[in-house]
Amino acid sequence: MSSTKLTRRRLLGRSLALGCSLAASPLMAPVTMASAPWDNRLVVIILRGGMDGLDVVRPYGAAEFADLRGADVAASAGKDDLDGYFALNPALNGLRLLWQAGELGFAHAVSTPYRDKRSHFDGQDILEAGTGQDSLGRIRDGWLNRMLQVVPGIEANTAFAIGRSDMLLTRGSAPVANWSPDAALVLSPQAHLLMEHVMHEDPLFRDATVEAIALSQSSLEIAAGEDGYVYETGDMQNAMQDNMREARRGGRPENIARFAAEQLRKDTRIAAFSLNGFDTHARQNRALPRALRDLEAATTALRDGLGDVWGKTAVVAMTEFGRTAKLNGTGGTDHGTGGVMVLAGGALNGGKVVADWPGLKEVELYKRRDLMPTRDVRAHVGWIMRHLFGLDQRVLETSVFPGMEMGHDPGLIL
Amino acid sequence: MSFDPVRAEIRFGCGLSQGLPQPGSAAEMLDRLSAPDSMAEKFPIPGFEVTAGYRRDWRRARKLARKSKTESEREAAKERVSEIRREATIQAALWLGQTMSRRIFTADGFRERLVSFWADHFTATGRDAITRYGHAPYAEDAIRPHVNGRFADMLRAAATHPFMLAYLDQNISVGPNSKAAEKRKKSGGLNENLAREMLELHTLGVDGPYTQQDVRQLAELLTGLTVDDEGAFAFRPRFAEPGAETVLGAAYGGASAQLDDVLSVLDDLARHPATARHVARKLATHFVSDRPDPDLIETMTVRFRDTDGDLSSVYEAMLSHPAAWLVEVGNVKQPMDFICSSLRAMNLRPRHIPSKRARKMRDMFATPMILMGQEWGRAQGPDGWPEADENWITPQRLAARMQWAMTVPFLIRRLLPDPREFAHAALGGTLPETVRFAASSAESRAEGIGVVLSSPAFQRM
Repeated sequence: MSSTKLTRRRLLGRSLALGCSLAASPLMAPVTMASAPWDNRLVVIILRGGMDGLDVVRPYGAAEFADLRGADVAASAGKDDLDGYFALNPALNGLRLLWQAGELGFAHAVSTPYRDKRSHFDGQDILEAGTGQDSLGRIRDGWLNRMLQVVPGIEANTAFAIGRSDMLLTRGSAPVANWSPDAALVLSPQAHLLMEHVMHEDPLFRDATVEAIALSQSSLEIAAGEDGYVYETGDMQNAMQDNMREARRGGRPENIARFAAEQLRKDTRIAAFSLNGFDTHARQNRALPRALRDLEAATTALRDGLGDVWGKTAVVAMTEFGRTAKLNGTGGTDHGTGGVMVLAGGALNGGKVVADWPGLKEVELYKRRDLMPTRDVRAHVGWIMRHLFGLDQRVLETSVFPGMEMGHDPGLIL
Repeated sequence: MSFDPVRAEIRFGCGLSQGLPQPGSAAEMLDRLSAPDSMAEKFPIPGFEVTAGYRRDWRRARKLARKSKTESEREAAKERVSEIRREATIQAALWLGQTMSRRIFTADGFRERLVSFWADHFTATGRDAITRYGHAPYAEDAIRPHVNGRFADMLRAAATHPFMLAYLDQNISVGPNSKAAEKRKKSGGLNENLAREMLELHTLGVDGPYTQQDVRQLAELLTGLTVDDEGAFAFRPRFAEPGAETVLGAAYGGASAQLDDVLSVLDDLARHPATARHVARKLATHFVSDRPDPDLIETMTVRFRDTDGDLSSVYEAMLSHPAAWLVEVGNVKQPMDFICSSLRAMNLRPRHIPSKRARKMRDMFATPMILMGQEWGRAQGPDGWPEADENWITPQRLAARMQWAMTVPFLIRRLLPDPREFAHAALGGTLPETVRFAASSAESRAEGIGVVLSSPAFQRM
């Protein structure tokens, strides 16, 4: 096997050679005949592990904050002020320009209906299923899929779930395309031809192969960036092993976001993916910034990748629960209840922290322990989808989020 | 169509292997299944008491870490927590290796396929860092010994297994008028999860003749089944709802709660005609086709009813039916089937499977299986893995299969066989001309083998 450098040019050259099969791919066709149901875009990011809302958007204006989170954190918060009461975790300062443009906002003291047992798995199930606690264990589909089920005209590529593993959020009877940039195949031209040859007579395999190869090229071009190399390694074997290594890291957030942006610039209207690393039981001052940098990288990559489509886009990042109000003995926080939801996008009426703020006095905490949730995260998502997609409030309160009451409009969409 | 040795290995076994004899008849397949379980002996996996033991130690260490007074005690306890977790992870990698090795080196592939099928029928998964690996020991206890026995015995073993009881919340279900509920002055506490899934998934099927009232009554009857502090099965009468319950028109139990009442409802559900049809349809769908022949289902259903759920007889009915041997149907292999049949075709020795090297097991098998859509032993819901071919052959999942086929065989055996010979070994007489051509035209051995394994001819059964 000869040593090969896979450059962007080579990849593009290969894409040209594949022109015929690409045109046959429903996911990759440049123009589809059917129009998408709406023009606005929604990106849902699941933040796994239970993000500590009180450390992401810090209520340093509360007298109790210094006692709960340490005098040094409270004292330094002023320089990262947002609105005179809340301050931003400095790890997210790269998003400050978005805040100033009204394209970044937060909903504080929010939670799902999940209470008390504080298990990640149950909490994430409730978050993604969008149901109440009573449905736990009987959940078969996710709220994003149920939303698609009530909208006519959904195509194979209207919604994209991005990442290696299945998300409950997008599971259900409505079609949702799946792709993980780290599943990208690197095939030699000969292997590609032979694959097409053996797949040809089996339509299921043939169509999936064409799409897999097309999506792989798209992912590899994204990974290549503007003019860089994809792989400098020797041959296909090494390239594939690199890919496996990448898969182990779960895919880089910016690559996932870039891939999402590329789909959203075309016919895709909804993208969903998840970010890990928010379970900060110890030394949170180091662990949380790491996770937040992923969120910042993903948000920035979305904005850069979406270009003029950013103006029609809302990004919603939500987590299964918040964490304890007080730091524990190891400089971290344990599983709690109320937390924060991060919102971004050009369609956002941002630059503000919306909250029915419960306060941080011990009696104001949930079970004298966690930030008291005063609003259901589902209500915020409901209002965002109501405005972005014109969905009926009754449908949102019954089919998409059964049993949820949307309440007053927080005014988060322009 | 009738019995064909190559089709038997591909469709009902674990795939073709050069070194292992194909069964000569359906009777021989069933004979092998009735013989002692040599693979369980050669590649052992422990029972659930091992998982329960890890969990006990892990919880104890975690408690110690929370309660300890000094920093050094806390650090030591936390180190112990990680150590137990590490050990459990290493063991789980070994169990994956053993499960794969059984499939790769067995002459009785039908047994391994049946274990997977029934473990999926009675799906249970664990949720914490330790029990997430409990599925293999659970299957070893509750499923494997019964795959060639009576359905009723398997139902009983699964429905009273601590892993299942915890998975479907039966361990926390308390009768609303039980002694335990009275003492805590709490009403409610009844959990219908196991009762509902038992009717919907394990026995009658979702179209079966039961109502919400039956679910509720069965849930009350099941109260008392729980898990003790050691992680073992226990029956606690003080959790049990007093009085008789009526399920599907039959009354069970009386004034005092008895485990026997629970066991008799399980036996009655196991022999219910709707259960016979549900099980027959599921077996035919899994082994033969996503759209099985109605007469095949009917024949298996009748055999189930006539033999009171003797599974060997039901398999015999399936294997002797012409519809089971039709060539054109062919389900897509699930990821575990795909990986193991690929390795089986490679003429390996047990030492080639790096069971004791957890990281290698993860990189070469566990992570690729996630990308293929089947995290080992961790189906997303109690309904188990989907059967429809369309679920497995999506762009992403097929890409993961192709990627695996192109790389991992080479990582296992640097000296790969000639792709032309390999194509014959993997597909035998079913080798299509297109695949034969592709195998002879590849630029490298790794690519040639990758193309053969990726071909629909190999990926279908």
